[in-house]
This record gives sequence, structure tokens and C-alpha cells, in this order.
Amino acid sequence: MATAVLTTLDPKSRAASRGMSDMSIRNLFIIPTIVFLIVFNIFPLLYSLGYSFTDFRASSNAPANFVGLQNYRDLLADPFIWTNFTITAKYVIVSVVGQVVVGFGVALLLNRDIPLKGLLTTLLLLPMMLSMAVVGLFWKLLYDPSFGIINYALGLGTFEWLSNPNMALYAVALTDIWMWSPFVMLLSLAGLSAVPKHLYEAAAIDRAGSLYTFFRITLPLVAPILMIAIIFRTMEAFKTFDLAYILTSQPTTEVISIRLYKMAFQEWQTGMSCALAYIVLIMVLAITNIYVKYLNKVKER
Amino acid sequence: MRSKIASLLAGVGLSVALASPVSAEGLTIFWAEWDPANYLQELVNEYEAETGVQVTVETTPWSDFQTKTFTELNAKGSAYDMVVGDSQWIGAASEAGHYVDLTDFFNQHKLTEVMAPATVKYYSEYPASSGKYWSIPAEGDAVGWSYRKDWFEDPKEMEAFKAKYGYDLAPPATWAQMRDIAEFFHRPDEKRYGIAIYTDNSYDGLVMGVENAIFSYGGELGDYAGYKVDGIVNSDQNVKAVEMYRELYGFTPPGWAKTFFVENNQAITENLAAMSMNYFAFFPALTNEASNPNAANTGFFANPAGPGGAQFAALGGQGISVISYSENKEESMKFLEWFIKDETQKRWAELGGYTASAKVLESEEFQNATPYNKAFYETMFKVKDFWATPEYAELLIQMNQRLYPYITGGEGTAKDALDALAGDWNETFKKYNRVQ
Repeated sequence: MATAVLTTLDPKSRAASRGMSDMSIRNLFIIPTIVFLIVFNIFPLLYSLGYSFTDFRASSNAPANFVGLQNYRDLLADPFIWTNFTITAKYVIVSVVGQVVVGFGVALLLNRDIPLKGLLTTLLLLPMMLSMAVVGLFWKLLYDPSFGIINYALGLGTFEWLSNPNMALYAVALTDIWMWSPFVMLLSLAGLSAVPKHLYEAAAIDRAGSLYTFFRITLPLVAPILMIAIIFRTMEAFKTFDLAYILTSQPTTEVISIRLYKMAFQEWQTGMSCALAYIVLIMVLAITNIYVKYLNKVKER
Repeated sequence: MRSKIASLLAGVGLSVALASPVSAEGLTIFWAEWDPANYLQELVNEYEAETGVQVTVETTPWSDFQTKTFTELNAKGSAYDMVVGDSQWIGAASEAGHYVDLTDFFNQHKLTEVMAPATVKYYSEYPASSGKYWSIPAEGDAVGWSYRKDWFEDPKEMEAFKAKYGYDLAPPATWAQMRDIAEFFHRPDEKRYGIAIYTDNSYDGLVMGVENAIFSYGGELGDYAGYKVDGIVNSDQNVKAVEMYRELYGFTPPGWAKTFFVENNQAITENLAAMSMNYFAFFPALTNEASNPNAANTGFFANPAGPGGAQFAALGGQGISVISYSENKEESMKFLEWFIKDETQKRWAELGGYTASAKVLESEEFQNATPYNKAFYETMFKVKDFWATPEYAELLIQMNQRLYPYITGGEGTAKDALDALAGDWNETFKKYNRVQ
């Protein structure tokens, strides 16, 4: 049956006149991709799995010794690592919830006939087109307690957004929400515009309230696409590095990827950091799997 | 058209032919991005004028200088011929074979006598007192202080200070006086603050700031030869020193929790603080009217003494090392021979570099050249440094992890933080079999 999917080469085409068959063209396109994937993704993945069971340090000439599960045991028993995970979890929750609320809210506002809708949508998308490092650097200026515009505009005096250990993580999450809500908005908008108009008309005839219409019609129909946005944002938030690294150096904002970076490239504990990277990978996989299961359930409805 | 392309190709070919022999002999020195690196580029331009060998000083921001250097070294890359590396790197870089052993070069040119003793001890020798040398002291540096002369010399302020504290307002001779002065000038209502200190915990900023207090309080970070830390790093003097640093943090401008040399100079140029800690290497910018509107009113003093009268400062600065994987090692050695000449060192100081050459440092000419050179000369004979063992990066991160929450957040006590740090360091030394 698979051959039915492959359309045969047009005998009059240039490729055919050069004596190429369907197969050779298919190979020409696929093999480089596969080689690239194996060399740059699969091989390092397996190689680092091997390293995670050793005490290898890339900074020394000492040979790597096999230490079994020692690295994993040490990491999972290290209270600092658990603090890093707690911080990461808090960050993911605050930032993803914030993005969904803001993004979906803006999408609802935009999902009607208003003048300049196209221009407005494009302008709202600007934040996510900027580079993370640039966003980090200019939000650092915006948050500055002495001359930052945020304190000035809100009349907060010298409120310390980034040097207050209890506030810093929320300040980073706020920046992330500003940057990535447009992404959720864009996907939600696509979902909203696909909801058939006649459903709303039927609801109106039945005199359904606006809340009832929202929870019974809008939300269930947009849910699958919103779920996809949430999966993407959760994975991204879990891996956050740049924003938190640039904005502040509070221990309360040391998310797991920053700890991983320090372990791998400042302390050069290569074996140990490979193990930590695997722990993070397993966690991200587990979380996405839960989401995907839920997504499938939502789709079945 | 064809003739145009042909001439273009010929032109390219010619320029490649002309360029390649020069680039093969060209040397690349890697350093961090700061003023001294620009001065070094000016200096090496003179080497090119003399010998025809082009030398390029390549730089990267301080925050990733360490990471970038070691990534290149660990990959055994030949992109750089020499590196002006931090003093605490020699252990890691020499044990891994990244640096060329310069012991013979050192002995042949009697550099132990030519360079100031502290610079040889901390920038060049590893292990401690082994007589093995890995770098040539290039940029001597230590922590000093700048202050606002106009605030200190204002008669009204002087009167009010004397009435409150019972002694004259002057650059502090002790850490206790420095605390009083910081408290006195700390006036958030007027947007004026007492003091600017290092708090950045992403590399060695905070740690070097605290070291100034610890060393002057008579404390040490450990027994560097025997890897003993318990009872040393958490000694009573160190607890008092860290408590003092925490107290000073209370007199810093708002948001002073990720600050290093840039912010500390800004504290003076932007009228934020009365006193500011910084490396001597950053003082040229403070005496320059173009970069400091308060240049005429900026004074300098050496790191004050502790309660017991001890007076030390945290060492900065770097030595220049030849990288083992360089393809131009011989050419690099020739460059170093030129670099250590007395005339070169004198020129280096004139350009703004901090020479480590004892002869130049001791000369009247050098000491009178700037308002801070004398303080620098005195400080360079009483400096101490962090661990230089190969696992120094882990020790540094542990010290940041333990001290930062206490100093900037007031979490726990200084004693708890230092006890925990002693525990961490002991664990690390056990892990690398330094102790049983």
C-alpha cells in the first residue's frame, strides 16, 4: 500500500531525463537528513548517556572511570538540585498559566470585527519575534530601581524587582509572559476562528448565557489547539536559560538549566552534568506525555 | 566581462598570496574585554612595527571569559597562541597540560627577581612553592577603593560627622570606620547611598569582595598546601568579616544585588555612593573627565585594616601563558622575551597597563604618574588570593551558594553559612582525594 503514496516521477521531467528514478530522488532528500540527525542528535545523545555513568571531566586528561549510578544518586540526594527543580516548577506554572490567561484573553478580545484587526494582531506579535537576550537586556533596564520606567509608571519608588529574592522569579516570569503570550494568542485565535458560527446562533436562540456559551462551546472546541500551545510553552519554560541568566543572578532564580550550565561549563563535571541532563530529559518527556494523553482525550470528545 | 572576472580573480589571488605568509606568523592573545586589553593591543602594535609579526588581542566579556577559554583549551584548539588567564586557573590549566611549562624561561631570565614577589607567587607558580612556573605576570591588580573627595571635605559634613562619631571624617583606616562613614552618607531620601561593594555571584565578584574583609580581619580561606579548611574558613575572624560585609550591604544603593566592576564605577560617576570598591585596573576611567564627570572630586585609598591591624587586599590580575596546542609556540616565546624587557614594561605602564615589573613599580616616575599608583604599589605587597587548585570553580560556586543568600537576603547567620561552606569544601577535597 505504501507504494500508492509515492507518486511516480513524471517521465518528461528534467530529473527523469537525467536518468534518476523515484527511489534515487527520495534517497537524495532523505539520506542527508537521516545522517544529520544521527550525527548531531542520536549519537551525542547515546554518547552522553554513556558519560553519565562515569566521573569524566572534559577539563582534565584523566581517563573516565565507570562509577555506575553514583552520579544519579549524588544528584538526587543533593538538596541544591532539588531547590533548582522546585524553582523551575514554580517558574513553569507561573509563566505558562500567565501566558494562557493573557494570550487566550487577548485572542477572545480580537476574535470579533474590529477596525485594524490585522495590524493590531501583527503588532501584538512583535515581542515573540525578538531575541531572548535582547529582551532580557532591555527588561533589566525597565526593572531598574533607580531609573527604570516600570517603577516610574507604577509609582513604586525604588521597588527592587530583580534584587529582591522573593520577587526576582516573578519578574523573570513576567518578562516571559510578555514575550510569549502572543504565541498562545496566535494559536487561540486560529482555534477561535474555526468555531462554527451556527453553534453560537443556536446557543443564542436557546437563550444560553455568555458564561455557559464560553464553557460549553468555545472552550471545548478551542481546547485541542490550546493544549498544543501549552505543551510547547511548558517544554520551553522548563528549558528556560537566557532570560533568567541575563536578568538576575539570585539563587531563587537558578532554574535547572542554569545549574546544568554551571556544572558542565564552569565546573567541568562532564559526567555528572550528563546525568543531570538525562534527569531533566526524563522529566520533560514525562510531563509532555501526560499532556499528549490529555490532548488525545480532548480530541476524542 | 570575462576580462573583468579574470582581473578580479587575479586580485583575489594576489591578496591571498600576500596575506597568507603574514597570517601564518600572526599571533593571537586571548583576554577579557576591558580597558587593559585595549592598552595591550596598543603595546603589541609596537611589536609589529619592530618585527613585522602581527599580534591580535582577542577579547570576550568577563562573564564568559572562563567558559570560553576552557572550552577552547579542553578541545585542544589552536585558535589562540597565548592567554592572559586568571590567577586561579593555573592549577586546572597546568595539570591538564593546557599551558606550556615556562620554568626554564623563568629561571633563564631571573623573573623571580624581575617581577614583584606577590605576582610571581599567585600568577605564575603552581603548585605553591614548587618552583614551577606557568605564566609571566602581565597585568598586576588588586582591590582598592575610590571615594567622593567633595563629600568627604564638605565642612558641614565634617562637622556633623565629628559630632556623631567623635572622630574626623577622612578616608577610613579601618573597616569599622568605613562602616561608620557608609552609615553616615547613606541617605535614601536624597538618593545618596553609603557604599558600593561587589555582590555578583555569577563568577568571582562577590567572593573577591568578601575576601577583602576576610583577609584584613586576619582570616584565611584555608590551608592551601594541606587542603585544611575546617576551623579556618569558618573561624571567628571570618564570621565577623562576613557579618561586616553583610552590614555594609545595607548601605548600598537600591538593587545592588548583581554588581561588579561596571556598577561600582557607576556608583561614583552617577553620584550614587560615597565610597566604592573596585580593582585598580578600573581606576583610569575614574580619573578621566570624559568617563567620570566627578573626576576632579574622586580620591582613592587602599583596602582598610581589620580590627587586629592586619591589612590585605584580594588579588586580581593575570599572567600571560603560552597554550600547548598553539602552532606558533616558538614565535610566542620570542614575543614573551620582548614583553619582559624593561623598556617594554615601562611602555606598558605608560599606556595604562599595570606592570608587575618590580623595577618599574618602585620608580618615582610610576608612583607619581596617577593619583592611585602609590596606593597600587603599596597594595601589591599585601595581597592574597583564592584557591588555585584544579577544582577551584566548584569551590567558587559553593562559596557563592552559601554566602550570597546571607549577604544579600539576610538568610540564616554568617556562622551557619561558613560552617556549611567548610562542609562543602571538605566534601569536594575528599571527592578529588586531596584529603582522606
